Amino acid sequence: MIRRFASNKGAVIGVLILLAVIALAVSADLLFPRGPWAMVQRPFLVPFSTDGLPLGTDTLGRDVAAGLVHGARVSLLVGLVSTLVALMIGVPLGAVAGFYGGWADEGAMRFTEFFQTIPNFALAIVLVAILEPTLGSITLAIAIVSWPPVARLVRAEVMAVKRRDYVDAARLAGLSKFRILTGEVLPNTVSPIIVMASLMVATAILLESSLSFLGLGDPNAMSWGYMIGAARTVIRSAWWLSFFPGVAILLTVLALNLIGEGLSDALNPHLSRKGTA
Amino acid sequence: MKHLKATTFLIAAALAGQAMAQEAGGRLDIVVQPEPPGLMLGLVQNGPTQLVAGDIYEGLLRYTTELEPEPGLAESWEISEDGLTYTFHLHEGVTWHDGEPFTAEDVVFSADVFLRETHARLRASLAYVDTIEAVDDTTVVFTLKEPFGPFISVFEVGTMPMVPKHIYEGTDFATNEMNATPIGTGPFKFEAWEKGSFIHLVKNEDYYIDGLPYLDEVYYRVIPDAASRAVAFETGEVDVLPGGSVENWDVARLTEMDGVCSTGSGWEFFAPLAWMWLNNREGPTADVRFRQAIMYAMDREFVRDVVWNGFGKIPTGPVASVTNFYSADVPQYPHDPDKAKALLEEMGYDGQTVRLLPLPYGETWQRWAEAVRQNLSEVGINVEIDAADVAGWNEKTSQWDYDMAFTYLYQYGDPALGVSRNYTADRIQKGSPWNNVEGYENPELDAKWAAAATMTDAAERQAAYDEIQKEIVEDVPVAWLLELEFPTIYRCNVHDLVTTGIGINDGIRNAWIEQ
Repeated sequence: MIRRFASNKGAVIGVLILLAVIALAVSADLLFPRGPWAMVQRPFLVPFSTDGLPLGTDTLGRDVAAGLVHGARVSLLVGLVSTLVALMIGVPLGAVAGFYGGWADEGAMRFTEFFQTIPNFALAIVLVAILEPTLGSITLAIAIVSWPPVARLVRAEVMAVKRRDYVDAARLAGLSKFRILTGEVLPNTVSPIIVMASLMVATAILLESSLSFLGLGDPNAMSWGYMIGAARTVIRSAWWLSFFPGVAILLTVLALNLIGEGLSDALNPHLSRKGTA
Repeated sequence: MKHLKATTFLIAAALAGQAMAQEAGGRLDIVVQPEPPGLMLGLVQNGPTQLVAGDIYEGLLRYTTELEPEPGLAESWEISEDGLTYTFHLHEGVTWHDGEPFTAEDVVFSADVFLRETHARLRASLAYVDTIEAVDDTTVVFTLKEPFGPFISVFEVGTMPMVPKHIYEGTDFATNEMNATPIGTGPFKFEAWEKGSFIHLVKNEDYYIDGLPYLDEVYYRVIPDAASRAVAFETGEVDVLPGGSVENWDVARLTEMDGVCSTGSGWEFFAPLAWMWLNNREGPTADVRFRQAIMYAMDREFVRDVVWNGFGKIPTGPVASVTNFYSADVPQYPHDPDKAKALLEEMGYDGQTVRLLPLPYGETWQRWAEAVRQNLSEVGINVEIDAADVAGWNEKTSQWDYDMAFTYLYQYGDPALGVSRNYTADRIQKGSPWNNVEGYENPELDAKWAAAATMTDAAERQAAYDEIQKEIVEDVPVAWLLELEFPTIYRCNVHDLVTTGIGINDGIRNAWIEQ
């Protein structure tokens, strides 16, 4: 399987980019010990014009490179944690609905639809506005708007798997329903969940950036979306303030998408497309 | 006898002297931001309302950029020697926009009945007033219970606008349907209001000063986004950007354009002063050494130069330098991180996190809060920025749920009108973000503030306020940040736009366009 993944060039590039972003995020305090908020030089220094400030300075004379590296932490952290939380809500709900059927299915699916009918981003804005923007509330809001597709996916997978012969065999062997669900059915639905999760991290990063762009980010955490939002008013005179964080978001989201696609191909060999690069 | 008098003759002469240059006619497009909630100036007095309605309504007096009173609806006035009797002689032949004559009865109705009910800020000053009487059609006498030094400053149009008695007497002021089509005595008449788009005023042909106003019509344009307002100015769609209508970063760019002028004047009467409320009741900010440390830690020049693009002035204390009775002879707080650290050490600051509440008025204020947080963290103070929208900011400051909070307030030309309200103990009232929100209590100074307000001799008042400023700056009840300057940006062919201390609020009367 790993070999199949490695043979997908796009996926490998994705992994390399992601590893680089993670490495930067982890070493942020070593690279820029003064933090992202330190006002280090004159404001509006053009990139590559000053030694030690390769990406220039922002409206307050803060180092754009420091902001990018520290911002990577926030983006990755919010992306990962909110995806985990979404999985923790979506997987059990979808599994119960798909496996038990009947009123459990009806109830769970109506509940899921209730969340699905409200536009994701609008709901996230409302949640963050009510809870006051902190990293915790933003992560929670993103998780709350991203779990419904997980529930639906898991439900469909569980429904497909539970009709397999080995599940019947387990039932005949006298295993309890719960044991069958957790021991036999769920493990066989993991691969599509993993693929979906990698794409969800990408979506979560975008959501966080959008919230920060609108000024609903945690005011104490430097993030890419915040950098772009703050640069919006000066976009005509200082392009680099929104350009670099924009590139960072683009690369990270692209990397996660490539990885997701690679995983999808690797985990579903019979679906693997011909001519994949 | 203290005697202030200006005569119509002098004004007519002055006007005649200038009249050679001025050209009549033309249309002016001015941005108004945000859209005002109403135009009935006696009922609503927020910024955008004053901007538009200041040309529809008039006060008895106007004020120069040095805050000297000039004739408005009153062509002359006298103050008795004991400071208790103010006599105003009104212009002859003034009519309301609907043709009814304006008389002394309207003045009595406006001040004594209408505004006493609707205008909280004026009501505080009217508390000193015993009676308001119309002696004849053009003479009004205000008699005070005790002398009130700043009384001559309360006749500005936004503070005491004249409202028509024949329309409002006996009605419910707030619901009177004429509020939608305001009737004043001003140089411009209300014509139309297309909600969300523009407010249209036209020249008052029957204005009581011959030749004024010069312009035929004025459009106040509602453009909700700051960047769009800048573009509208660049493309020539609007001619005037009042202070604060574009982001500071755009000010520099726009003023560099050909044929574009700007002025910081026109705010002297308001003298907006920005500061941080420091909660004097609890937490580290209750310790005067901590508050002084904040003053030393902040690099206020940096913020003025970078966040405000060089506009504004570093304040020395509670009274802005353009407000009457300002004193520069006070303890100074230069940017001195070492001194701040020493003060923190002396008080034994334990690193407790203090919350900082920015003013939710856009990017400039957010950047400002970030700069202050950075300054404070560099001397070892742990600061966390709270996030709040306008409603949240109002709630938190008026309920005292904050450690440090940004704000700015107007001074209205006199310490007794717009300064003491933030520092005296009797103005500690939960529920308002405009009074002594920091909870500063100093009974000795309270007595001095009260005494200074009722003095009539200017030199005596100056001495009293000198003393107050010296003492209060030592205590740092709040952290004074910046005397804000909101530059007005306009095309250079518009002349005499800003001629008074309230700028274009009542300045359109004298403005003219060079064709």
